[in-house]
Amino acid sequence: MQFRLEKRPQPSRLMLYAAPVLAVLLTMVAGAVLFSALGYNGIGAVLEIFTKPLTNPLKWQDLGVKAAPLIIIAVGLSIAYRANVWNIGAEGQYVAGALGGTAVALLTMKMQGPWILPVMILCGILAGMALAAIPAFLKTQLDVNEILTTLMLNYAVVQLLYFLLRTSWKDPMGFSFPKTPLFTASQSLPFLWPGTIMHWGVPTAIVVALVAWFVMSRSVFGFQVRVVGSAPNAARYGGFSAKRTVWLALLVSGGLAGLAGVLEAAGPFRQLVPAFPTGYGFTAIIVAFLGRLSPLGCVIAGLVLAISYVGGEVAQTTLGLPSAATGIFQGMLLFFLLAGDVFVRYRLKAVSTRPAGEAA
Amino acid sequence: MDAELPFRLELAGITKRFPGVVANDDVGFAVRPGEIHALLGENGAGKSTLVKMIYGILQPDAGTITWNGHPVVVPNPKAARKLGIGMVFQHFSLFEALTVLENIALGLDAKVPARELESRIRAIMQQYGLMLDPHRIVSTLSVGERQRIEIVRALLLEPQLLIMDEPTSVLTPQEVDQLFVVLRQLAQEGCSILYISHKLHEIKALCDTATILRGGKVVDTCDPKVETSRSMAEKMIGAGLKDIVKGKNRTFGAPRFSVKHLSLKSDAQFGVSLEDIGFEVRAGEIFGIAGVAGNGQNELLLALDGEVPVGRDAIVMDTTAVGELHPSERRKLGLCAVPEERHGHAAVSDFTLSDNTVLTARDRLRMVTGGLIKAGAAKTYTGEVITTFAVKALGPSATAGSLSGGNLQKYIMGREILQKPSVLVVSQPTWGVDAGAAAAIHQAIVDLAAQGSAVVVISQDLDELLALCDTLAVINSGRLSQKMVVGEVSIEEIGLLMGGVHGTAEETHIAPGAAHAVPA
Amino acid sequence: MSIEFIVAIIVAIVLVATPILLAGLGELVVEKAGVLNLGVEGMMLIGAVTGFAVTATFGNPYLGVLAAALAGSAASMIFGFLTLSLSANQVATGLALTIFGGGFSALAGKAFLGRTVPAFTQLFPGELATHPIWRVIFGYSPIVYFSLFMCAAIAWFLKRTRSGLILRAVGENDLSAHSIGYSVLGVRYAAVAFGGAMAGIAGSMFSLVLTPIWAEGLTAGRGWIALALVVFAAWKPYRLLIGAYLFGAVMTLEVHAKAAGGFFSALPSELWAALPYLATIVVLVLISLRRSGLSGAPACLGKPFIPTA
Repeated sequence: MQFRLEKRPQPSRLMLYAAPVLAVLLTMVAGAVLFSALGYNGIGAVLEIFTKPLTNPLKWQDLGVKAAPLIIIAVGLSIAYRANVWNIGAEGQYVAGALGGTAVALLTMKMQGPWILPVMILCGILAGMALAAIPAFLKTQLDVNEILTTLMLNYAVVQLLYFLLRTSWKDPMGFSFPKTPLFTASQSLPFLWPGTIMHWGVPTAIVVALVAWFVMSRSVFGFQVRVVGSAPNAARYGGFSAKRTVWLALLVSGGLAGLAGVLEAAGPFRQLVPAFPTGYGFTAIIVAFLGRLSPLGCVIAGLVLAISYVGGEVAQTTLGLPSAATGIFQGMLLFFLLAGDVFVRYRLKAVSTRPAGEAA
Repeated sequence: MDAELPFRLELAGITKRFPGVVANDDVGFAVRPGEIHALLGENGAGKSTLVKMIYGILQPDAGTITWNGHPVVVPNPKAARKLGIGMVFQHFSLFEALTVLENIALGLDAKVPARELESRIRAIMQQYGLMLDPHRIVSTLSVGERQRIEIVRALLLEPQLLIMDEPTSVLTPQEVDQLFVVLRQLAQEGCSILYISHKLHEIKALCDTATILRGGKVVDTCDPKVETSRSMAEKMIGAGLKDIVKGKNRTFGAPRFSVKHLSLKSDAQFGVSLEDIGFEVRAGEIFGIAGVAGNGQNELLLALDGEVPVGRDAIVMDTTAVGELHPSERRKLGLCAVPEERHGHAAVSDFTLSDNTVLTARDRLRMVTGGLIKAGAAKTYTGEVITTFAVKALGPSATAGSLSGGNLQKYIMGREILQKPSVLVVSQPTWGVDAGAAAAIHQAIVDLAAQGSAVVVISQDLDELLALCDTLAVINSGRLSQKMVVGEVSIEEIGLLMGGVHGTAEETHIAPGAAHAVPA
Repeated sequence: MSIEFIVAIIVAIVLVATPILLAGLGELVVEKAGVLNLGVEGMMLIGAVTGFAVTATFGNPYLGVLAAALAGSAASMIFGFLTLSLSANQVATGLALTIFGGGFSALAGKAFLGRTVPAFTQLFPGELATHPIWRVIFGYSPIVYFSLFMCAAIAWFLKRTRSGLILRAVGENDLSAHSIGYSVLGVRYAAVAFGGAMAGIAGSMFSLVLTPIWAEGLTAGRGWIALALVVFAAWKPYRLLIGAYLFGAVMTLEVHAKAAGGFFSALPSELWAALPYLATIVVLVLISLRRSGLSGAPACLGKPFIPTA
């Protein structure tokens, strides 16, 4: 029997919310099967990755700290993807943000005052925007595909990071390790409560998501992004400029990735090291999709992916899974989500006869 | 025609249901060898569904198809071609970037060496006077030439039945005449032709028999040579249509919308460049732009509504030069427009009707304050449009994609007209819309003009323009003809212009007395 | 510069260019059928690890390449099912495949870290294959000759065969192809599977010939460069060949610059490492400056096919 997709008259609200939940569940099942097939304790691995971070209170702070950059980046990406602008250079923009903030930090090593951190953050955002401006310019002026340009810049920026750490930014007291000096107290993100690892980046992520949600659902800007993304001709007819939207989408997503980068540098890291790029920019792509390209959805999705990160680390130590194994879960999660998404707009209909387009 | 031979094609009890609609209900008729048989009906009467079942694209839910006396099942188009059924689609299934030869080769089931195929194609072209260069890339061909590819492709299979789906909707009157010569020659050679159309005069001129469909059912099978156009139209449309009510002795005010020396080079690969277009529409006037599809209509609409800015003085509203202004700025000045493509251009299918209202009405109706959208205002106005234009929708929060074509078009027209524009530009206002909705839309346009707005109607449907407009001009290859007064111009003249015979001022002046174009 | 040195450079260029040529050829066929599979990098990694694992286990590199092709194909079928049968977004699904491929290869390859594999035997007699000059023609891995053969074969297939014509037609106008009676999804599934196989072979070239060991993420973004090359080549196989060798030249520049000495050798190694990616951006810019409209891009590229009939 063949099956065929039939368009629903109205998108299904139920499937819209059910698809992500189903995707997470299916990922756990498929993950268990796959890991077992590869000779690991599959069920154990899934339980370890998905439940340990939740059942162990010691890991809760860790979840918040991991989720914060994911949420901030994903909120920006969700806006860009709504506009049909495929920024997959968030990883590079995240690193650029850290570079921008660190540049300020290195210049202010001997100074102090409450103004230093805000300037660092501002420069981080600007650096992320500046990097995103390159694909924006190429896309709007020369019609160069942004998927490839944003992606290529990731590799280039990481090399820039390596170069700086190896040369002018290297800590002279660092035993010739490629890393910057540790940031001073004025340059570091304070903790929410002393004695925890929860820094101010965590509530910032929530605020960013709330503001973005309000802007996207209520403002003309949000409307513009949605129209340009779903029907470019209608957007032009409605008087919205596609080029302006591309610029806005890339600057907003690049700026937020930059913000995440500088917060991460000034928060958990307090310096730059070659291991700074950890793939948050790529994981945030999944967060954005899992969050239904909605800023508030990104908060929940960010937590889910943070679980897989923290759980992945747990499984690394307890089960000896390689760190990249989380990539399997993330990839599968996106697969199942995309498959589930189809059923928001379509329903499956069984047809007994063969379709017309059958050439023997 | 020999009545003793079995029918070439006989349908009995054919029924096809789609979700929410019965497209064909117990349809039956028969076609003799060598007969030209018309399938007549309004848009949405079920003609296309029916022929798709004959050609194997769709399968009937019930009923039988009998071919030369034998009951058959046609599982797919390939099987149809094997039986000897050829089809020329309304929307050509051609590949723009490929050559004529490659296109024809794709349509054949048998593998024929390129050289042999070329000589066979040339032979057929010779036989029927269908001239084409087999090595031309399709994207460089005119619409009429493209149709010839389809016909040659169908004829290569030596069909016993040729289905022509609305073949003349994209042709000039002269091209129609050439097509009829070919079809008559084919019929004489014994090939049956199933001719789908809603154009009565064509059917009277060409066909031996006509089967009339309405709402998916056969209303009548008759001899079009005996019937009058009026009697067939009544059967086709059913209940008498309301005529468009225009006020008597209409007078026009000062020019409200002037276009002068509008030229625009197309940057799209297969686009049409506009050349020195000029016209003037007065307050209260409905101005029509006729022409075969793909002669610059889309480009013209984009230039007029501001989606593609042009020179500042090329477009003037009242006394304001608006050529460089963007759509939003033009709308604020009172210029509203409705493009031809409903989904993805005039409306966003995934969005609610309320959001679609925000798309074009946000500025004129003050739905935005401080960068934020007033959702309540959009909803109220949408409700107003739905009520005033009798749009069948669940309400302002129904998505545009959930509406039928006719209802969506009524909503779009209502959305623009209730903004009380001083200038309204519409393209194909009733394309694919049922007769009732079309009448309502026409009446709304006339009423708007009566309030002093200038209206431009771009349409490929000449009958529509002749019924609706006060004046009209013809667009061909991006050039616009002189403006003519409806009622003083003959169909032949318009046909010549549509076919690219660019008349000088003397030529376009029509002597009264000749076959006048009158509203049908 | 001695002729031996020039030969060494050419051999190096051809070797690094071959994986992107193979992956690019596969993607070219996929895109000609109207499908945009951004998962090339992921399929390459899956091919790389599978090829390495099979070769390490059974000791036969040919078997490894075959397994890599099958694995790449299998991975592409995930993409195919989602985008073709379920009409999922091709961009997002391609990204998912890349992320998945990275994770899967890392996990599956863990057991093979530090292992070695037997090399391909030379196709040509040793006197030719290792001759300081003649090795420029005879001294390559069999995969290199395979890539050249495939380039010619694909060019011939697309231009001269009826199947190639149907494939192009499907990419050009899927609805028309469907209405004539061709199986759009069938053609596209076949193209996607072929693209996956080619990407898999390209990946195995890394783990079996270039490095030749298994390391996580050893393809280092070359799959993305292959994607850019298809655009650069305007969907023409022979131009893809030229483009791949040009990129091979860029990727081996550092070595030559160091050898040549002077100014270029003083440039930081990070700049050389970033050069292929920056060069890709420059190439994309040049293409957009040169072309008017989308030259050669299949009209249905990246759009889901949903029959209306």
